[in-house]
Amino acid sequence: MHDVIIIEAGRAERHYWLDLWRYRELFRVLAWRDLSVRYKQTVIGVLWALIRPFLTMLVFTVIFGRIAKLPTDGNAPYALMVFAGILPWTLFATGLSEASNSLINNTSLISKVYFPRLIIPIATIVVAFVDFLISFCILLVLMVWYRFLPDWRIIVLPVFALLAFFASVGPALWITSLNVKYRDFRYVIPFLVQFGLYVSPVGFSSSVIPEQWRLLYSFNPMVGVIDGFRWCILRGQSELHPTGLFASGAVIAFFLWFGVHQFRKTEKSFADLI
Amino acid sequence: MSENAIVVEHLSKRYLIGHRVSQGGKYSYTLRDVIGREINNFVRKAADLARGRQVVQGDEVEEFWALRDVSFEVKQGEVLGIIGRNGAGKSTLLKILSRITEPTAGRVLLGGRVSSLLEVGTGFHSELTGRENIFLNGAILGMTQREIRKKFDEIVAFAEVEKFIDTPVKRYSSGMYVRLAFAVAAHLEPEILIIDEVLAVGDVEFQKKCLGKITEVARGGRTILFVSHNHLAIRSLCTHALVLHNGIAMPKYDAITALEHYALQRQGSIGSSWTRPPDLAKPEVHFVSIEIGLEGGQPKHILDCRAIIKSERKTRPACITVDFADRNSTVIMQAEPKCEPFIGGLPGMYRVDLRIELPLLIPGLYTLGFWIGPHNLETFDWIPEAITFEIVESPTPARSFPYTLNHGSIVVPSTADVTMLEELT
Repeated sequence: MHDVIIIEAGRAERHYWLDLWRYRELFRVLAWRDLSVRYKQTVIGVLWALIRPFLTMLVFTVIFGRIAKLPTDGNAPYALMVFAGILPWTLFATGLSEASNSLINNTSLISKVYFPRLIIPIATIVVAFVDFLISFCILLVLMVWYRFLPDWRIIVLPVFALLAFFASVGPALWITSLNVKYRDFRYVIPFLVQFGLYVSPVGFSSSVIPEQWRLLYSFNPMVGVIDGFRWCILRGQSELHPTGLFASGAVIAFFLWFGVHQFRKTEKSFADLI
Repeated sequence: MSENAIVVEHLSKRYLIGHRVSQGGKYSYTLRDVIGREINNFVRKAADLARGRQVVQGDEVEEFWALRDVSFEVKQGEVLGIIGRNGAGKSTLLKILSRITEPTAGRVLLGGRVSSLLEVGTGFHSELTGRENIFLNGAILGMTQREIRKKFDEIVAFAEVEKFIDTPVKRYSSGMYVRLAFAVAAHLEPEILIIDEVLAVGDVEFQKKCLGKITEVARGGRTILFVSHNHLAIRSLCTHALVLHNGIAMPKYDAITALEHYALQRQGSIGSSWTRPPDLAKPEVHFVSIEIGLEGGQPKHILDCRAIIKSERKTRPACITVDFADRNSTVIMQAEPKCEPFIGGLPGMYRVDLRIELPLLIPGLYTLGFWIGPHNLETFDWIPEAITFEIVESPTPARSFPYTLNHGSIVVPSTADVTMLEELT
């Protein structure tokens, strides 16, 4: 006899994480679907993943670097510093906004087939991660352009990339499950992302924040991530504040736990509410 | 549990539904009413949000039990049909068994891998090619990539889309699309298969093919739950059937008995006369009331029908037809009386008296559907299940064994002369 599946009201799935592992193939296929559909019927296709961050970098460099004359980190070129911030920010922002709408974009799947619902938002964030890898090429070009090569610190970069990934997973899970019930959140997200772009040190260095506010500022999880990116890419010319990094990490961990918790709590009613 | 593949115990499911309250039978559309209603709605929704409850559209929220205390068991290898009218709770039951939605009360034990086919082509993406969609849809239905690769050629051949396999499915005709979608699903190999109404796709030829495929799967010893309005499919496929009525399940019977129970229950709600319900829309020319009377006896039964028809404005002259359906809702014959003169033309009330000579019918309940229109392609009004009548007498009094629908409902008058040619010793 195979193992018996029991369906009951309010019963927590005992093999939840095992089930998630069993459905890894669906996860891969969904991520692949989103990827291959993403730039279908566009003229320049995947170039969109390069153009958007590049133009943002240009604008920020001109406005914050040239016009507002904000200081860069050490002697790193301003454009490079800005781009080191745009990379994780774009990953976070696209991940968050796409994942938040992922459940309602897959209504037919959710109301007709069973699978661990966690797959859908995470597969969407993986797509954002691929975009991130593509725009990484711009960074390489910029480094060659400015003849600015990174040192050993660059090997820590994947850790911070992962941190950026998790920073978007937590809130995305929470908001996407709320979005199923209350569609208001669909309108909250674009606003939140735009707002976040200005309160996070994307166009400027976090060193322009007065020292006494630094810790409080680090409770914005993206502060730690962006500082980490700059530390890795700019040969440590931007400082890494251990307490600030810890604060950001703690906030990310909390949201990750909270997001998964909320998602799992409401997961079973998705099909009824969507 | 060892013998049973599925055990359902006291299963219930509740939904919340919203209504719009209408005042005096009509919506009020004045600005004041709309604002008042919107404010009320907003306050209620905000309160729901604060309490973390579901947001329901409408002015009044009502509980609705889609399933109530349903219990049954399905043995390993059994093919169980589920029948019932629209809204009887069939789809809700399947959704709970497929783990898409959670029951409000009760529990289900499932012994084995479940695949459910609630809709053909779930997750198909129109931008992707046929080949890519096979892999995508297969993964969604729970197949591994290896399984799909192994069955790929079989799937493509079954769907008959070899030529277009690398074309995006948005360029497919709807028939090809549906064939491909069903082909993927038909090659699933779970221990328990749940199917909802998928036979209603494609042309007749393809429907037959699908039915054949499902029969083949059923013979393979898999447990199947099968919802269909197609009584023929239920009868030929299922060993047992469960009738659902307003969320309540009748006991499980063998398929034929269950179908008869269902027919009785359905026809029990249709009378021997019909009056237009007030909430039914009124076309320009419509039936107001219909009554019938059965006269004589087999083999010379006469059905008298009297229909009152109202024509609200000047229209083209029309005529009437009457459809006869048997217990399985299969239409078995039609009466097309020649209307002399034609009905209508000018606005007014009309009375039409029909006299229909019935052929020999096997005992049972028959349902009449009434149609009126100026041309076979244009309909004024159509009442599909208006009236029911029962034939009690046997068509051939000498016959001693009972009649079943398996051999049709009409008995053809016939004679046989028997002559012994030679006696063998």
